[in-house]
Amino acid sequence: MPDTLVALYVFVLSCFIGYWVIWGVTPSLHTPLVALTNAISGIIIVGALLVTGYQEAGTAAEIFGFFAVLLASINVFGGFLVTNRMLAMFKKKQK
Amino acid sequence: MQISANIQAIAYLASAIFFIFALKGLTHPTSARRGNYYGMAGMVVAVVATLLGGEVQSYGFIIAGVAAGAVIGAVLAAKIQMTAMPQLVAALHSFVGMAAVLVAIGTYLNREAAGTLNSVLMAELSVGIIIGAITFSGSVIAFGKLQGLISGKPLQFKGQHMLNALLAVVITAFAFHFGMTGSVVSLTLMTLLAFVLGVLLIIPIGGADMPVIISMLNSYSGWAAAATGFTLQNNLLIIVGALVGFSGAILSYIMCRAMNRSIINVVFGGFGSEGGGGESSAAAQAMEKGVRSASVEDAIYWMEDANRVIIVPGYGMAVAQAQHAIKELMELLEQRGVEVKFAIHPVAGRMPGHMNVLLAEADIPYDHVLEMDEINPDFPSTDVTLVVGANDVTNPAAKTDPSSPIYGMPILEVSKSKQVYVIKRSMRPGYAGVENLLYFQDNCSLIFGDAKDVCEGLATVLKGGGH
Repeated sequence: MPDTLVALYVFVLSCFIGYWVIWGVTPSLHTPLVALTNAISGIIIVGALLVTGYQEAGTAAEIFGFFAVLLASINVFGGFLVTNRMLAMFKKKQK
Repeated sequence: MQISANIQAIAYLASAIFFIFALKGLTHPTSARRGNYYGMAGMVVAVVATLLGGEVQSYGFIIAGVAAGAVIGAVLAAKIQMTAMPQLVAALHSFVGMAAVLVAIGTYLNREAAGTLNSVLMAELSVGIIIGAITFSGSVIAFGKLQGLISGKPLQFKGQHMLNALLAVVITAFAFHFGMTGSVVSLTLMTLLAFVLGVLLIIPIGGADMPVIISMLNSYSGWAAAATGFTLQNNLLIIVGALVGFSGAILSYIMCRAMNRSIINVVFGGFGSEGGGGESSAAAQAMEKGVRSASVEDAIYWMEDANRVIIVPGYGMAVAQAQHAIKELMELLEQRGVEVKFAIHPVAGRMPGHMNVLLAEADIPYDHVLEMDEINPDFPSTDVTLVVGANDVTNPAAKTDPSSPIYGMPILEVSKSKQVYVIKRSMRPGYAGVENLLYFQDNCSLIFGDAKDVCEGLATVLKGGGH
């Protein structure tokens, strides 16, 4: 099976996982869900690392890569931390 | 230290599983924080496995980028006001989109230098760039609308949809030309036009459709990551992109269903564009039709001896920052033995779940906060419902008047409770530009004023012993 086809398999099956997992999320946590998926989509940092750290990368590629790493890192750190901050607010009644 | 490609693949698999558990954690508030930690773990595993994989050979730019990103991200996360969450989210979406574009262009440059470009790769790069660019510029416009930098009103002109369609065709043509010939000119034009298309797609959509827009752009940012995964043959990016993409798509669907509108209808925009002109006359008419206005003392008179009070927060509460005043009111009522619940409509606020976060911020326990379907059966046995800055989602016309633009939209059935008090700044109609029939009912009175001032006033009267 060619690589692109394998990738397509992975993609389609992941869509199904996404479908079932997301329907389970409680509506009261939809804002944290958006923030968390924001953080998770920071996974694009993997692509940014591969571009920036490539051995023969030219200066232009390195600069593009640097900004990609920067933006993706803001997502990763900002996303996870703000999700954590929000979730810490959700409390049950203490009394 | 360097790990083999197989070990790296296993690490990526572990990372993907962490991310699935992260999302799964959001099933309930008690497991949600653990879920977030799973997400962090997944990210650490992914980044470490990438750095050790042997493809990454130079670290200078990477360390600089991560360090700067960490500082900026941490400061944003710590400083952002909860009412401004939609803006932050829009900004973060735009970053993912831009990162996808930059990664694709960087990949093109690296592969071109190595002489390993081919048509399939260039087609995948094009898809990544187009989705990324649309996500970026669309999110920038959404950010501008949310932040009030540009008007939240839908901006429409003749032939708008034709122009967008034409633009899409031209972009596709450039993508094809780039894929066949590797022309840098086509690549550049394709990228620039995709940025333009992102702007044009979001400007016709009105401010109160923001929950859908945020969800949609959330979805796009996922697809952008997935497309990048295809270009890099990286399964982790594909898996995560699909998870995020579907998350946004499902949220968009939930939001549309809660407004009884199709996604097509929202995307083509323009809803709520009418009703701007006749504001004063509408208010005058309303007064003539006999809307009752009440004082805070009247409302407390009914609330202090009630068995149950339901509070319905809307975007007006967020604007007025009234959540803390509402919390005080809740506590005072509970001290008198009144049961206080909160009713949330799915599209209240500017993003999915916005109200829940604001109430949580004010230390209101989440088990007091109920979704529409859970609480609707409780309204008939409720003594007083207090509506704070919500409008269309309480309009009984959605159930009773087939000619109304909002007919068929699921609503909070507040009109069934014994007494309804609505805090409003003016008689201005809601976003849909429709009169709210609720206000003309015998059991409904309006308290005119700023949501925060009125809620503080209610609390003061209650503290003072009332009557």
